[in-house]
Amino acid sequence: MKLNIKINGKPKDFDVAPNTLLLNLVRDDMDLTGTKYGCGIGECGACTVHMDGLAVLACMVLAVDADGHEVDTIEGLSDGTELHPIQQSYLDEGAVQCGFCTPGFIMSTKALLEETPSPSEREIREYLNGNLCRCTGYVNIVKAVQAAAEQMK
Amino acid sequence: MPNINIHNTHIISDFEYYAPETLQEASKLLKELGKDAAALAGGTEVIVKMKEGSRRPKHIVNLKKIPGLSGIKETSDGIEIGALTTIREIETSPLIKEKYPILYQSAKVLGSVQIRNRATVGGNICNASPCADTAVGLLSAEGVAHISGPDGERKVPLVDFFLGPGRTVLAPGEILTSITVPKMAPNSKSTFNRVARASMDLATISLGAVATMKNGVVDDVKLAWGTVAPTPMRTKDVEEFLKGKKLTDEVINETAELASKSIKPREKGRSNGPYKRRVAKGFIVETLSKLRES
Repeated sequence: MKLNIKINGKPKDFDVAPNTLLLNLVRDDMDLTGTKYGCGIGECGACTVHMDGLAVLACMVLAVDADGHEVDTIEGLSDGTELHPIQQSYLDEGAVQCGFCTPGFIMSTKALLEETPSPSEREIREYLNGNLCRCTGYVNIVKAVQAAAEQMK
Repeated sequence: MPNINIHNTHIISDFEYYAPETLQEASKLLKELGKDAAALAGGTEVIVKMKEGSRRPKHIVNLKKIPGLSGIKETSDGIEIGALTTIREIETSPLIKEKYPILYQSAKVLGSVQIRNRATVGGNICNASPCADTAVGLLSAEGVAHISGPDGERKVPLVDFFLGPGRTVLAPGEILTSITVPKMAPNSKSTFNRVARASMDLATISLGAVATMKNGVVDDVKLAWGTVAPTPMRTKDVEEFLKGKKLTDEVINETAELASKSIKPREKGRSNGPYKRRVAKGFIVETLSKLRES
């Protein structure tokens, strides 16, 4: 099936089987491997990308459903080698350990701060409850989100 | 064909894909393809089931190219919510939050933000899971399902829509197009109680309540439950018992007792019957105490 998807600002044509998932397309066809395949069933949030600005799980979206839409992945965040404030805050606050969940967390954080520029801790924890971290824990992640919010004001 | 799903064992099976652009076309396709077909809305249920292997549809009929099935509209006697409206759209709608708070309360607890951005209210209803959160909210708000099919259109009150786990009144080729909800009394109070193991888990048990008080007694009340029976359900006997009563401690305790007998949970399993009946009592006490204080 022929699709056109704007990925990280650049329109691109694809020819895929109907059962291709957006995650397959991003990782295999585009080699954008920052987006992770975690649980594959919508529990962990490691595959979070933005579709038309909304955080969605790439492991549960058919690629055909992204036809004509804008998809943004973690790779689209930095400006060259200049990290996005959210990325920098995650590093500064020690919110990254093994790093597998980090791209998903950062994409969810970006969606959160676009909707709510100064979230409370409760709002942060509620918004990020679809992203799981199994090593760092959530305390430093919450701090990173707060630090990023402060910087982005 | 690209080599897909090389990353893990969750294989999504191959299927024929259809994206009809009218309701008539979609109905015709779904009727012809029968049991081998699955209708696709947000995909947060059907795609997971395909990955887990519990469903292997040979045909996927994507409903999202059909215009007019999405969005929240205020009408003269209430609101109409298109079947393809996402749960997140319901959660973030100022109109719903202000005038239909029970729908807001039951939408915001479903899954995660990412799931709510894709999952649709029509999908949540048509999957007919006993724990469907929006079904509980819509049942207590007296929602009505609007259905379009090969033989025309019909309306079914949601209370009559569910037949069993995963089973609804939808006949082959019939499609849920929207849900209408009548205007809620401005002085009505809405509460939503829910227990789950972790915040984004499916509900172990839930209760949506909409009630109005008049001169210190219960004027009207609707109680809808999730995961206490094979389908989301109302407990009309409990509602009738409450009408006209002053909410004394005694009445609240009697109501809790009655509710615990009125629900029909599975006796066995991890959250068994005795547990759910106990939680149900707690929900009733909490709900009615709040109502009394309001």
